[in-house]
Amino acid sequence: MSQTILNDDSLTFAEKIISLKADGGRKVHHAGEIAVLPADLAMAQDSTGPLAIKVFREMGVQKVWDPKKIHLVIDHSFPAPDEKVANLHILIREFVKQQGVRLVEGSISHQHLLENHVVPGMVLFGADSHTCQAGAIGAFATGIGSSEMAAVWASGKLWVRVPESIKTNLTGQFKKGVYARDIITHFIGMVGEDGGNYKSLEWKGSAVKNLSISSRACISNNSMECGCKLSIFEVDRTTQDYFKTINRKAMFEVHAGPKAHYEEEYEIDLGTLEPQVWGPGNESKVRSAGEFGDDHLDEVFIGSSTNGRYEDLQVVGKILKGHKIKAGTRCIITPASRNVFERAIKDGLAETFLESGAVFTNATCGACVGTHLGVLGENETCLSTSPRNYVGRMGATTAKIYLSSPATAAASALEGHIADPRSYL
Amino acid sequence: MSLSPPSTIIRGRTWVWPDDVNTDIIIPFRFKARTNDPVEMAKYAMYGFDPEFYKKVKPGDLFVAGRNFGGGSSREQAPVAIKYSGIAAVVAESFARIFYRNSFAIGLPALEVPGIAKQVNQWDELEVNLQDWTVKKVNDGMIFHALPVPDFLRGLMREGGLVEYYKKHRTFPWENMRALTGTT
Repeated sequence: MSQTILNDDSLTFAEKIISLKADGGRKVHHAGEIAVLPADLAMAQDSTGPLAIKVFREMGVQKVWDPKKIHLVIDHSFPAPDEKVANLHILIREFVKQQGVRLVEGSISHQHLLENHVVPGMVLFGADSHTCQAGAIGAFATGIGSSEMAAVWASGKLWVRVPESIKTNLTGQFKKGVYARDIITHFIGMVGEDGGNYKSLEWKGSAVKNLSISSRACISNNSMECGCKLSIFEVDRTTQDYFKTINRKAMFEVHAGPKAHYEEEYEIDLGTLEPQVWGPGNESKVRSAGEFGDDHLDEVFIGSSTNGRYEDLQVVGKILKGHKIKAGTRCIITPASRNVFERAIKDGLAETFLESGAVFTNATCGACVGTHLGVLGENETCLSTSPRNYVGRMGATTAKIYLSSPATAAASALEGHIADPRSYL
Repeated sequence: MSLSPPSTIIRGRTWVWPDDVNTDIIIPFRFKARTNDPVEMAKYAMYGFDPEFYKKVKPGDLFVAGRNFGGGSSREQAPVAIKYSGIAAVVAESFARIFYRNSFAIGLPALEVPGIAKQVNQWDELEVNLQDWTVKKVNDGMIFHALPVPDFLRGLMREGGLVEYYKKHRTFPWENMRALTGTT
């Protein structure tokens, strides 16, 4: 039956992977149906894990279903910036010890799982909305809350509604200074904040083959900002090569059928995109970097799970090299994982950052969630590569947040206002 | 501390909110990530709109909101803060996916009623019926039918969420596949 499902011309990625996993592949599940999915991985982090632990204990469950499949990640506020956070971290460490589950501290969960655990065809439930990042390598990966995470810990399963799908064909080639982040910012600007709510996004088209795994991870991660359940790049040569180099094997390679039904279809010609900026705040329109005036930036934050990968830091290094951050603007660079951090230190990128006057921190969600290492004060203005520009996201509710690619952010840090990166490349 | 399961018929005055009320407005990260106590979380409910909201809300009040209520983060602390602030039910034109799931998981009644935000004014009295899944405007008797949800989720909601359900049944509502037949 599994082979029949894999070869079915009429099913979307979501329908196929849910059908393969639920009920052991004995039944085809179409969009709109409810299915119960066994989890291959379950992840909670330090701002959702403590509540999940509390709920798990309140349920009166003694043992988790499979300790090897459960990951706790201390990443949102690492290391603990204050006593309250430190105490919740202690709660996590005690639970980890008691249940024998996995713990990582100091790498952002999504990047940590991508580098070390998740493979194509897996089902990953994460108590973090940006869990959908792992769709970049063809996994079913979606965000849930703490109580449902406790239920997954207890039973290894969770209900899902099979989502409808939206297909976007990516064609053409980037102009200089335009990156994966500009695609997804443009897309969200086009469909709106709930344009992908409950849906599975499938990224297709001739330009996909030129997107690295890091670029795909950026798009799948940031797809959450239109509300999606999944954001999928099917396995291709790039994915296969990536898993060969890191020596991990796919569970399944799932490809949507050529006659699958899509609720909506979009096309984006990468050659038409300019560097994109969204802000201030989520109520503003997405515009090109060149359309902004010279309003002063108090902070530029480069990093987070959306854009803190090595590929991102390389571009930033290229732009900052030999230049100084504008006086009066602080530039904070935060890698997505310990691995990215170490690479940047060993190969000299860290030196470039420090010489430019930037602050280079350990891996953490940090400034993105306004918890430490770059919190915004009253009426401050920030350009960030993190996923969200919500009111109060990074600190004061009066602070203004703009979002862009790392290249645009780096160029803007040098000029002290939003700037087009192309003159530095 | 846990709250008792919701009543079948909930009547209360309404707070009206706009479209796209996200989870950072409902409870900012810096507060929600520093406590595991729902009563403490409730002090920051709707902080992004009004840091004093928790002082103004009355137990049994209701929310009516526009589209995409609860967008953004997976933080269950958002519906928890709303529930423990005293809000008895949230009615929205649409909910963001994770917030909606979380509401059922914690037993906060959440009903999806397209178009309702334009029909209701701040402080209007509403009656939310969890049995027939409707919302009634008390002053003119106007009745709105909420979009249907699977029976097992409505059952979960009426029993007060996953903790209460599991304590009673020692299983989760979706583990019995027969419970899924006849769902919408």
